Amino acid sequence: MSDVTAISGAGAREATRKSLRGSALADHPLVQLTMVRFREFMREPEALFWVFIFPILLAAGLGIAFRNRPADVLKIATVAPQLTLSLRQERLLDVQQLPPAAAEEALRTGKAALLVQPGPGDTVVFRYDDTNPEGRTARMLADRAVQRAAGRTDPVASSDELIREPGSRYIAFLLPGLLGMNLMGSAIWGLGFAIVDARRKKLMKRLIATPMPRHYYLLSFIFSRLLLLVIEVGAVLGFGALVFHVPVRGSWLDLAALCVLGSLSFSALGLLIASRAQTIEAASGLMNLVMMPMWIVSGVFFSAQRFPDALQLVIKALPLTALIDALRANMLQAADFSQLAPQLSILGAWLVVCFALALRLFRWR
Amino acid sequence: MPEMGARFALRVSDLRKAYKDVIAVDDVELKVRAGECFGLLGPNGAGKTTTIEICEGLTPSDSGEVEVLGLRWNSDAAKLRQRLGIQLQETQLSEKLTVFETVRLFRSFFRQGPAPSEVIALVQLEEKRNSRVGALSGGQKQRLALACALVGDPDFLFLDEPTTGLDPQARRQLWELIEQFKLAGRTILLTTHYMDEAERLCDRVAIMDHGKVIALGTPRELIASIGAEHVVEFSAGGAERAVETGAMRGIEGVRDVHLENGCVLMHVTELHRAVPALLDELTRQGVPLTELRTHSASLEDVFVALTGRHLRDE
Repeated sequence: MSDVTAISGAGAREATRKSLRGSALADHPLVQLTMVRFREFMREPEALFWVFIFPILLAAGLGIAFRNRPADVLKIATVAPQLTLSLRQERLLDVQQLPPAAAEEALRTGKAALLVQPGPGDTVVFRYDDTNPEGRTARMLADRAVQRAAGRTDPVASSDELIREPGSRYIAFLLPGLLGMNLMGSAIWGLGFAIVDARRKKLMKRLIATPMPRHYYLLSFIFSRLLLLVIEVGAVLGFGALVFHVPVRGSWLDLAALCVLGSLSFSALGLLIASRAQTIEAASGLMNLVMMPMWIVSGVFFSAQRFPDALQLVIKALPLTALIDALRANMLQAADFSQLAPQLSILGAWLVVCFALALRLFRWR
Repeated sequence: MPEMGARFALRVSDLRKAYKDVIAVDDVELKVRAGECFGLLGPNGAGKTTTIEICEGLTPSDSGEVEVLGLRWNSDAAKLRQRLGIQLQETQLSEKLTVFETVRLFRSFFRQGPAPSEVIALVQLEEKRNSRVGALSGGQKQRLALACALVGDPDFLFLDEPTTGLDPQARRQLWELIEQFKLAGRTILLTTHYMDEAERLCDRVAIMDHGKVIALGTPRELIASIGAEHVVEFSAGGAERAVETGAMRGIEGVRDVHLENGCVLMHVTELHRAVPALLDELTRQGVPLTELRTHSASLEDVFVALTGRHLRDE
């Protein structure tokens, strides 16, 4: 067959030169490997959901749930008509007059934050749970209403001046946390699953049977990660800026460098996790084991300061804590790199140690 | 000896490889001539894959010498990789990529070779050029794997069980492709546990069992070595007493008689003399014949004669 003769000898050499002239850069193995990574990712609908859609849904959901609303009207209950009249003077209270049994029930089930009862003589008794902030607020408001109705006047006149500062809202605290969590998840999952899958399917062994330089294979993961990073970070920050007006007060260049450093550190961690695992199950168990504690203690949803002081040293040394602290400092406090030295060195240390270990442990088959 | 390097595309001597509890390759010696198609034939677990993967530089050996195209793995690996085409057993290529993207990726690793679309045409996958790998049939996937082995215009092609798990039609199609590459003058080393595949494709065959080469030669030579051209197989299932096989050995032209799963197998030289004599003998013993088959001797029979087992016995 003429096909066959064409493949060997002069015909092949001629064809080679032709294809090389066409697009030398696009046919560089590193470019091809990176493009393949990128395509594989973009053709995986679930991965797209978890990396791009999920963080936005989460930010939207939490942003709406914890949005700063005008001060809530608090529900309270009373049993005496005289008290009801006095309390209704306070606009921030929603007063219900109930029979005694029903009032007790409302307090117990939390439908009323406070129960106001007449005490012996002219006194008033407030019943509420003092660990509930709503109960404490309701008590103060109710007390004020009762005292004013009885004729008290305030010795000092006061007035309110209301502010709505974009950076002081929960969503502004949350968004850097979600960004950090997203960078961790996509780097560890993205690298871990792809590598273990290629090893399990013997695709990795097939690749090292070609002249492909091995470090190109690992580099292609890093490059495709950085490519996706642009979209990922853009989606989360863009959403925050457009919908919730979350500010970026620090330097954009610093922020970009932080995202790259964070992503590289987590990629190294992902590489380490995937360096030996032979099955997807083993790898995903390891990944959850590594990521779960950080989701909880690294300050994604609430400040890491809430954990006991004894744990703070450990929590601060975790890569996600360092990344989120640095992101928050940049976005909310306009901190520059010199102020972020501790966080940057923690991320750098994780990057170097994990990468060095992963290279020693890595199995190609 | 430069002229030896030219004559032999592969030279393996004293090759040994042991895993924890088994000796996978035990003192194997092979010489594959340039331009020949050489087959490693044997049952699963015979050591074929370990042997071929050591030759491919993927598995380190415990001891022994391997020289491929006159080069050695520990000193010339980069040069060798450019000149070999390798198909592994059970590689699953990425399902999300198209045929063209896959071939183009593999092509990018080699300094020289035909354009991706040329190789795709060669393995007759032009119609599937833009299909995802996940949508291909088993035979098409295997042809794509072959394409990935051919992108570097290799001098030496290693094929590990190229047709395992394929339906008969897909196997024949793949055989035709491999035959074309033989015509193009490439050296091929393939492993298989299908004796018909080895008989059809291979110029020479080494039969392996338990990590050793137990026979070596052209398929014709190997079949001739059992000294018989035909195999007669019969059973006397209804008989209350066993057939006396001793008497069978006395029949003219019978070389070997052995029992297997209640059947009697005889290697014979002349079918037209042996069969009537067999029928007479069975009548004399008063044993009713329930089954009688004859076929020309094959590599399978060579393996049975050498080991007492069939190739596909586990």
